[in-house]
Amino acid sequence: MSSVSLTQPANEAFPDIKEELVAEEAADRTRKRLGVFFWICVGWIALVVVLALIANLLPLPNPDIGNYSWTQNAGPSWGHLLGVDDLYRDILSRLIFGARVSLIVGFGGALIGLILGGIPAMLSAYRRGRIDTVLNTGSYVFLAFPALVAVIAIVSFWGHALWKITLIIGIFGAPLIFRIVRASTLSYASRDFVLAAKALGASDSRILAREILPNIMPTIISFSLIAVATIIVLEGTLAFLGLSVSPPTPSWGNMLNEGSTLLTGAKGQTNPWLVIFPASAMFLLLISLNVVADKLRAYFDVTELKL
Amino acid sequence: MGRYIAKRVALLFVIIIFVSVATFFLVHLLPGNPAVTILGPNATAQNIATINRELGLNKPLWQQYFIWIGHVFQGNLGQSFTTHQTTANIISESFPIDLELIIFSQILAFAIAFPMAMRASRRPNRLFDQAANSTTFAFLALPPFVIAPVLVLLFAVHWHVFPGPASYVPLTQNFWSNIHTMILPSIVLALGSIVVYFRLLRNDLISTLQEDFITMARSKGLSDRRIMWRHALRPSSISLLASVGVTIGGLIAGTFVVELLLQMPGLGYQLISSVNQDDYTVVQGITLFVAVAIVLVNFFFDFLFTIVDPRIARE
Amino acid sequence: MSERRTLLEVEDLHVSFATGRGQLQAVQGVSFTLDQGKTLGIVGESGSGKTVLSRAIMGLLPLSSTTQTGSVRYDTQEVLNAPNDELRELWSTHIAMVFQDPMTSLNPVQKIGNQITEPLRVHLKLPKDEAKETALSLLMQVGIPSPVERYGAYPDQLSGGMRQRVMIAIALACAPRLLMADEPTTGLDVTVQAQILDLLSQLQHDRNMAMILVTHDLGVVATRTDEIIVMYAGNIVERAPTDVLFKSMSMPYTEALLNSMPRIANPSHTRLTAIEGRPPDLLNPPAGCPFSPRCPYAQDKCFKDKPPLVEASPGHSYACWYPLGTTEASPAPAAAPAAAAPEEATA
Repeated sequence: MSSVSLTQPANEAFPDIKEELVAEEAADRTRKRLGVFFWICVGWIALVVVLALIANLLPLPNPDIGNYSWTQNAGPSWGHLLGVDDLYRDILSRLIFGARVSLIVGFGGALIGLILGGIPAMLSAYRRGRIDTVLNTGSYVFLAFPALVAVIAIVSFWGHALWKITLIIGIFGAPLIFRIVRASTLSYASRDFVLAAKALGASDSRILAREILPNIMPTIISFSLIAVATIIVLEGTLAFLGLSVSPPTPSWGNMLNEGSTLLTGAKGQTNPWLVIFPASAMFLLLISLNVVADKLRAYFDVTELKL
Repeated sequence: MGRYIAKRVALLFVIIIFVSVATFFLVHLLPGNPAVTILGPNATAQNIATINRELGLNKPLWQQYFIWIGHVFQGNLGQSFTTHQTTANIISESFPIDLELIIFSQILAFAIAFPMAMRASRRPNRLFDQAANSTTFAFLALPPFVIAPVLVLLFAVHWHVFPGPASYVPLTQNFWSNIHTMILPSIVLALGSIVVYFRLLRNDLISTLQEDFITMARSKGLSDRRIMWRHALRPSSISLLASVGVTIGGLIAGTFVVELLLQMPGLGYQLISSVNQDDYTVVQGITLFVAVAIVLVNFFFDFLFTIVDPRIARE
Repeated sequence: MSERRTLLEVEDLHVSFATGRGQLQAVQGVSFTLDQGKTLGIVGESGSGKTVLSRAIMGLLPLSSTTQTGSVRYDTQEVLNAPNDELRELWSTHIAMVFQDPMTSLNPVQKIGNQITEPLRVHLKLPKDEAKETALSLLMQVGIPSPVERYGAYPDQLSGGMRQRVMIAIALACAPRLLMADEPTTGLDVTVQAQILDLLSQLQHDRNMAMILVTHDLGVVATRTDEIIVMYAGNIVERAPTDVLFKSMSMPYTEALLNSMPRIANPSHTRLTAIEGRPPDLLNPPAGCPFSPRCPYAQDKCFKDKPPLVEASPGHSYACWYPLGTTEASPAPAAAPAAAAPEEATA
């Protein structure tokens, strides 16, 4: 009414002007840009993905087997841009091949989570009823189980193969994705355009695919990128604990683990590069994923969901 | 209030039953006979049969579950095949380390996030706020397994400010050395919590400071300090408190990482060693303990915020 | 009360906000004085600038996003643009405010007792038990039954009327000499409205306080004020002692406000007359009289030149080229345009 808020006095005190300001904001949004920083981050993610894909075609030494003619634990040089590790292997080569693990588990796990969590979520939120209640409570219960502890336990009994880790993490990510997709589907399921489509006799699958999915897509995309980042962290942690892909196959997490064991020189050798490079690569990938997700969310105006 | 509690407690029981069932079957539904795992590939059939009988592995799984859960309620989580120490004993020796790490890191996170959020929310989108936002955003990309080795490299190996790996001293043995060894891992763990707490508190403070009751408090002639502490902080810290449980649950990964890196014999260190030695009863025991502990912590903090916001309790 | 003493002096007060599209002129040159113990009514539609005016007098507007010029003197002390530290000395003990929405203006997570004792303890440095005693007697004075129980209650446990009484108790705690009441009865039942207004008047007389009553409802101020200011689009358009205003209102806007109000004298089912059109865009105010686009009597001159606020008779000023009751106001007063939309009457 006629109260005055401290930060937006004009809006609150003058309802007539408020409408115009709202219209102005909408006009602003069409002019909104994602910004240079966004594209730098997209660029970095793309670079990592491309390098990982074409790693075999690049003139890189074998990442798994060392060459004993090289200097052990050598720093960066022209021959080895990022140096050599304790087992006479090229760090750059290991970093590029190691990216494959993070990316496969990250994107693969998110995809599995989307399939296992997202599709049931849309159906459940759209149809409601008893199944929705059961699935909703189920996802709560499932989420209460600490994912890392469960994954450690399963991996330790079942094995460390890449596909197993991807699958397990995907399954444990599903309930979270279920909750996100369910909440955003719910916010559209009772909108007028959905009701109108229903009244026109459109089938449920058509409504879900044509009316609801396009609307929740921005939410799904930005949250999926967060999910990818989260899964990469989970895999990295597992690898650091020695529970992801087995050596000598490189992953950024197990490289950091190797680097860490050499930190103090307890093994008679030190190699700070084996900590610095994988840590930087991981940091840049994670911050890029977060920035891209964050900017997309702002761009699409995705509001915070109440889960 | 009564119904609210009843519903919460019911859900708590469902979750704990689920957790115990999952932990139990996890081990048994996976390929491989535990007896073979224990005895190694060269075990004779007779030895395997003996172990099976001793552990009750020849009974149906559901019976095994009830036997196991019966033992759990008596505090018997089995014993290690390698060291023959009881799992309960291992947990009671290592858990204090995790507890200490969690408490220190949370104190640190609160001590940093609160003043930062209070300062940032007073002038939203100004220099301090933007700097604080960007800094915490970077923390998001610094999970423990990335930042811990770097900090050890810098502060322990390079500058010798903090002790490096394998220098853990129990609290009871030497108080100050223990605190000294705890600082670095606590910083590592605190980063993730700072992001969560800062963001929640900043956003809630900004919206609370626009409320009518803050204008009212100003018109009462109260100092900005008093308005912040007495009027704005409490209604703004509800979502923060509600998140503490989940945040602590998320610290587990970090405690495992720093324990392994710094060779501190906490639960994570013990769990990983047991995993590496296929010591499945210990893995099972620690998994159950950690999972139930996390569930209980979540439950506790879920309740705590009803104290802060009396309206929730009355609904 | 023989001695006439000026308590508040507002002189040529301008307030503007910076918005995305330019400066919004919320208050444009307002002047008035208020004597000790007297009541001033400020009346206008929402968006007329009355709330901004009251907050500017209090000094509650953010200095960073507003520009305030002119002068506001409380007891000869300049308070406009004064730093918060100076204002804090005045707030509660000299000037206090009752806000319009007690649900959102009371702290939801504090017991009302603490909210009343807070100014007592901060400003008067009363010890805890003494503050509690004072608070209980205040609750009694504002007519709250069983104050001891209410003392420990939270705001959401009280009714709207009770909450507004608590707000009044808080405002009165440190015995201010000037009480600002900003739409103190909006959102309350009609019977409760009257009770709250009567309570305010009674307390004001008991304590010889000055009061500024801000409202959109001429009926509220009709019997409870000594003088009335009518505001439109940030300007004072008419100012007169209450009895004079109702006897000879001169500004068509004042008349429109009065017509938009239900009256007992009217036969039942009489249509309320809404003021047609909307208040002007304050970012881009019209050249002439701000009310001209909506005024049934407007003539060419009204659209071109802005009428100044002139004192026509002692104490009675208005800003209008063709005031009511003069021969110049030619067209018949539009008593009841049939198509008036009632919901637009008063926002």
